[in-house]
Parts: sequence; C-alpha cells; structure tokens
Amino acid sequence: MVTDDYAIEMLGITKTFPGIIANDNITLRVKTNEIHALLGENGAGKSTLMSVLFGAYSADSGIIKIHGQAVQIKDPNVATELGIGMVHQHFKLVHNYTVTENIVLGKEPRRSLFARTVNDQKINPKKGNFSIVSLGSAEKKVKSLSDRYGLSVDPKAKIEDITVGMQQRVEILKTLYSDSDIIIFDEPTAVLTPQEIDELMQIILRLKKEGKTIILITHKLKEIKKVADRCSVLRRGKYIGTVNVQDESEEDLATMMVGRPVSFEIEKQKANLGRKMLEVNDLCVNDSLGAEKVKNCSFYVQSGEILGIAGIDGNGQSELLQALSGLTTPESGEILLDGKLINKMSIRERIEDGLGYIPEDRQKYGLVSGMTIAENCVLKDFYGNKYSGKLGTLNFSHMKSNSDALIEQFDIRSGQGSETLAGSLSGGNQQKVIVAREISLSPAVLLVAQPTRGLDVGAIEYIRKRIVEERDKGRAILLISFELDEIMNLCDRIATISKGTIVGTFKAGEVSANEIGLMMAGVKARKEEADEKKA
Amino acid sequence: MSFIISVLALTVRFSAALLIASLGEMFNQRAGIFNLGCEGIMCMGAFMGMLIPFSYGGANIVPFGINLLGLFSGMLVGILLGLFFGLIVITFRAPQGIAGIGLQMFGVGVAGTLFRSYIGGTQSISGINSVNIPLLSDIPFIGQIFFSHNPIVYFAYLMVPLAAYLIMKTPWGMKVRAVGTNPRAADSLGINVNRIRFQALAVGGAMAGFAGAFLTLCQAKMFNADIIGGRGFIAVALVYFGHWKPSRILLGAILFTFAQTLQTQVQIFVPSFKYYEFLNMLPYLLVIVVLAFSRESNKFGPTALGKPFNREMRT
Repeated sequence: MVTDDYAIEMLGITKTFPGIIANDNITLRVKTNEIHALLGENGAGKSTLMSVLFGAYSADSGIIKIHGQAVQIKDPNVATELGIGMVHQHFKLVHNYTVTENIVLGKEPRRSLFARTVNDQKINPKKGNFSIVSLGSAEKKVKSLSDRYGLSVDPKAKIEDITVGMQQRVEILKTLYSDSDIIIFDEPTAVLTPQEIDELMQIILRLKKEGKTIILITHKLKEIKKVADRCSVLRRGKYIGTVNVQDESEEDLATMMVGRPVSFEIEKQKANLGRKMLEVNDLCVNDSLGAEKVKNCSFYVQSGEILGIAGIDGNGQSELLQALSGLTTPESGEILLDGKLINKMSIRERIEDGLGYIPEDRQKYGLVSGMTIAENCVLKDFYGNKYSGKLGTLNFSHMKSNSDALIEQFDIRSGQGSETLAGSLSGGNQQKVIVAREISLSPAVLLVAQPTRGLDVGAIEYIRKRIVEERDKGRAILLISFELDEIMNLCDRIATISKGTIVGTFKAGEVSANEIGLMMAGVKARKEEADEKKA
Repeated sequence: MSFIISVLALTVRFSAALLIASLGEMFNQRAGIFNLGCEGIMCMGAFMGMLIPFSYGGANIVPFGINLLGLFSGMLVGILLGLFFGLIVITFRAPQGIAGIGLQMFGVGVAGTLFRSYIGGTQSISGINSVNIPLLSDIPFIGQIFFSHNPIVYFAYLMVPLAAYLIMKTPWGMKVRAVGTNPRAADSLGINVNRIRFQALAVGGAMAGFAGAFLTLCQAKMFNADIIGGRGFIAVALVYFGHWKPSRILLGAILFTFAQTLQTQVQIFVPSFKYYEFLNMLPYLLVIVVLAFSRESNKFGPTALGKPFNREMRT
C-alpha cells in the first residue's frame, strides 16, 4: 500500500557539468511502495538525477534521504547497500555467462576445492578468490525469486541465447537478488515488443504488490498512465511539478513535459499514389556469419505512400536495410529502384539514383561524430560541383550556407551553429541533422529506420511530421520501426515481418495493433492465406 | 627412427616456453588487455634468468636453488613490466597495440644493453639440466619423448589445467572474464575493473618473464639479445588460435613447435639442402595460414579486448 512516508527524498539537488546545469535545484520525493514516474524529454536531467541517486555522480549541492535518513551516496556500492537497485537502459550483462553467473558476479558463492559445503552466507570478496565458484544454491535462489515475481527466467540459460525481454528480467533479478527495495527502471521499454511491454507492466505492478518502491524513468506517457501512481516532471534541468497520474490526461502530462501543447495524431491527407518506386522480389540476405536472415522477402512501395514494416528487433530488418542501402549484397532476389535492378550497385550509385537512407543507428551509420554539422550535411554530395572547387578543394563557405539553411529549416539546436561537432549534439538534434541531410537531397525513395528511437516527444512529433511531408511531396517511403504506435500512426500500408519473411500486408486501419503484434511474434499465420483457404 | 624420436622429444621440450608465455598472454587478453609487449617481457625475463646464476658461478655448475632464484627473478621482472604496461594502458589509457610495441622494444633494448654492460659477450651457464625419470624414462620410444626432460617442462604442462581452473572455475577467473567481456556490467556489480586488469597483467607478466628465464636457464643455457626470436609474438598469435582456451593453446604451442623442430631437424639430418631459409620460414608461414583461417575466432574472444575502461564515458 502506498503510505505517506517517503522512501526517497532528493532535496534541492543541483549538478552542473562544464557549461551546463543538468539539475537545477531539483526536488524529488518518492513515497514508499508507490510507482513513481520520472518524466522528461531527453536532456531534461532525468538520467543525471538518477545517477546522483545511484552514486555514479556526486551532486554539487542538495540532500538525499532514504527512508528519512540523510545519506551520502559515494558510489553504486553504497546505493546497493541502501537497497537501491537499477535496471539500466543498456543492460549490464556479460553475454556469454549464464543468468545466474551474471547475477552473482562480484559476490560469487564459493567453496574450497575439497570441501563440499558452500559458503554463501557471508562472502568476503577478498577471500577465497581461488576457490571454486559454486552456483547450485544461487541457482535455487534465482529460481525462487523468478517464480515469486512471475519472471519465468531459466537460471541456467546463457544471456546470448535469451530474448531482450528476458535479459531485462535478469536485470530485475539482479536487483531482487541483492535485496533492493527501491528499484529504478531507466527507459525500460525502449527495446521491447508490445507484448513484452505489457508483460513488463505486469511485472512492475507485481513488484509493487510485493512491497517494492519503483521509480520509472520514461518519456512514454501511455506507460505512465498504465502503471504509475504519481509522476514528477523535469524540463531542461528544472523541476516542474509532481502530479497524481489519475488526475491528468496524457495531453496534460505532455504539455507539462514539453512546455507547450503537443499533438499526437499526425494529420495526414489521403495518399496520392503513383507508380512503384521500390520493389523487392524474393529477396534473401545473409548476415555476416552466413545465417539466412531475410528469406524470400517481397514487397513494394509506391510513390506518395508510407509502407511500414512492423516486426520485433532481430527478424531480418537490419539485414533487409543493409541490402537495400547497399551495405551488403543479397544472396538472391531482386531490388528494383524505379524499375531498375540495383542489387549489385555501389552505395554511391544508389544515392545518385535517388535512394535516401535514415539509418537505425545514427551514431554508427548516420553521422561522423567528430565532424561538424556543416560537414555531416554534405557527406553524400560533397564531391559534386556544389561543394568541390576546381582544384579538388572543398568549398567550406557553400557548405556552411547549406547547413545554416538546414539548421534554420529543421530547427536543429546546437551550441555553435554549423561549426558544432555532430557528436556533441543531443540525440534528437543528431537525428534532425540526418533527416535534414537526407531530405535535402530530395530522394525518390526514402528508407527510414527507427527514426524516433530514444527521442523525446517534441522531436518525435517534428520528425514524424517531416516524414509525412515527404510522402505528400510524392516520395516513396519505407519505414522500419519496432514501435508499433509509430507504424500505426504514420503508415498507409503495413507489412509485418517475422523471421525474415513478410507474413502479411494490410492497409492502415484494416487491422488492429494487437493482431499485428501477434503476427510479429509469429503466433498468427498470414491472414490472406487463411482467407484464401476459406474461399 | 631416431629422427622421429628426436623431433618429438624436442617438440615436447621446446614448446614449454611458448606454452607458458601464451597462457600468460591468455590471462591478459581474457581481462581485455592486448599485450603485444610479451616479447619484451620475455627478453627481460631471459636476461634476469641468467644474471643471478652467472654472477654466482659463471659457467660452472651452480646449486639448483640459485637457478631457481634466476627463474624467480625472471618472474619478478615480468610482474613489474606487466604492471608498468598496466600503468600505461589502464591508468593512462594509451592505445594498447602501440604501447605493446613500445614495451617489446623497451624490453629487448634494455635487456640487450644491460647484458652488454654487465656481462659483455655471449657466455654459457650451466643452467638446469634434464632429469631422466626413473623407470618411466626407460620405456622405449615413449620414455625418451616424454620422461627425460627438464623439471620445468613438466611444470609448464601442469600450468595448462591450472590455468584452466583459474580462469574457468574460480571467482577470480570469473571476474577476469567478465572484465574482459563487459567491463560495464562488472563495474555495475561493484567489481573494480582496473584492479582486476592490473592483477591479470601481473599474472601474465609473471608467466612471460618466467618463460624467458626458462629459455636461458633450461633451453639455451646462455643469453643473447635475440634469444626470444619472436616467441613473444607467436605467443600472442597462439592465444587467438587457441580461442582463449588453455587446452587449445597447448595444441597450438605443440603444433608450432613441431613445425619448428621438424625444420631444424631436417636441416641437421639433410645438411645438403641449400635453401634452409625456406625451412626456417615454414613454422611462421604456418602461423599466418592458421590465423588467416581462424578469422572467426573473434567470436570466442573477450569482446572488450583492447578497449580501455572509462566509467564516465558513454557508449
């Protein structure tokens, strides 16, 4: 039951980094046994605040109280001792260790080479470093914790063999194993499928029922509405307020977070369809280890429409994108760009023939982080007459005026304008740079992968609008996203992919999110096939 | 017959130094440190291995304890150089490949210089001699191949299961592997990543230094500046070949040494063969070919190999 004593009080926390106030006199009070959401856009200071609580950063000023006691949290070990556990956004797991090994790491139960008894009551990590790690009892404990909280994790499974959702549960088990009664979830749903998200929400409610206090860091309002009791909002390093979730609508929360009203539904005209600009027939693609990841995949995209490919991460989307953009060569099948076979064309030829690409991993494939915005904006056409002089030198003033215009047009926020290094931008602004570059080349076909991953509401709204604008200009857009909401919201047609094969294609509005979710999971067979059989 | 026996017996004997050094390098790499300076540590170890026994008795036979002291001083200098390397690549986060080349040149250079100024020219020492194990060494064929070696050779082979136990079974080994695979995960569980890496470097350095001292004391019974002859680099290659597993590293060490002794024995038994350089080349060619075909070995390897750990840095 939610009581009125506070499990955590962070009072007047201020934390500055050179040139930026990440937390400006923030107060966060979390009641015992409540689910408390911490809402804010990227860069609002949520992560910094939690890092202060978890001992990764030390605050410049402010007081932290745990269950009413003022404490000094110097490092994560202190936080752990105080019963604070964190489920990190980027899992901290050793991929080739078993579940149990990951959980006991750092406090391994051990027995001597000859004795049969296990010493796991009080472990002095300085002693017995050369005895044998004995996992039997730990496995039992993990199993019982897993059963108690309904996590159904196999203690002996290797991390690399289990799904992302399961890996997250291992992170949860870690906090339970070290007896944390306060659990922080950092953007826990960023990597999950819709079904996994539902299950996680159930788990969080279960944890609450078992007496845990939960802090949920997120910018997804639906999740907050679903599970949270109260919600504290941060904006640009400042504390905006704490509200009871029941009393507020999603729109209200969004307004608090962004500081202005936000629209969720993208307004779309009816699609004005043209000819097939991108056609993929029976495409098969292998990954770098030779495993077949895309199998007989076929679809097409017409100009003036957005085709969404819905699927769970790892079902061939990355390999499909790599084959389309030219990063790998497909094993067989055809890729036709405006009727022209491009299977074996180089990446530059594809770009020149009108293929644009907003890649899923912006740091890895989208930007050169050590280059300025100006340079990043011309990565695809720097060699053309526009930016290269007679002696083969680059024309920096043209590059700058180009990027100045894009910065203006796409509202890219940076410290030093065109001269800002791409790596120093926030995620949202990095993405805007990529979108600006790709759109400015006016490609006939635009491949868009995970365009809003990890972005805040404001940036998401903006980028989705730009994608729809491109569609209205008559471009053919292929959108690959793991976020079903995004697909449902933006696309004119939706194809679902499972194990590298398109298992069904639908017009938007003809199919429910739930049905698509089941198909993504491979549970439901292709709808048309079933219909055909009936006929 | 005598040709085969001598090739096999020498293979067993000569693979010892390589084996110890490779196992040491395995500890480094399992913890995520790529130590290309193994050659340099071995060379310093080799010099230290000779220094005490030679100062004590020159070329005369010296007590076993003094030779043992030589081995230990080789180990000690190995530990120091391993920690020194750690200072450079862990504390100051220098790029490991470059720092390793530096350490190699430093070790070989310093050992050569010290040798020249303290000892002068090539001198033999009595070293540690081979022992025929009673009864077992009398078995025809097998006895000569397996049971008439230097005591340290047996110790080297004993290191294989010992290293496997250390790295796979003990809490320390578990930490070493975690630190080399996902240091952030280890860090989040309260493991001091850099301390574990220093420890692994000390262990690896000790073994490289020991291997060097073994070469002077048990194998060559003398020292000169190129006594290591690239074994340190081969040791690094063997770790890749061995997929970071002691048993496969043993296999690699034996395979390489077999090729090596085979070609030297061919040179001895067939002195009329003119182009012996080609024979010299063979074992190294073998290494290149084997490595070329084990390009996927990376997937067995520590994923954080070669990457300095910095808690504050975002990935």
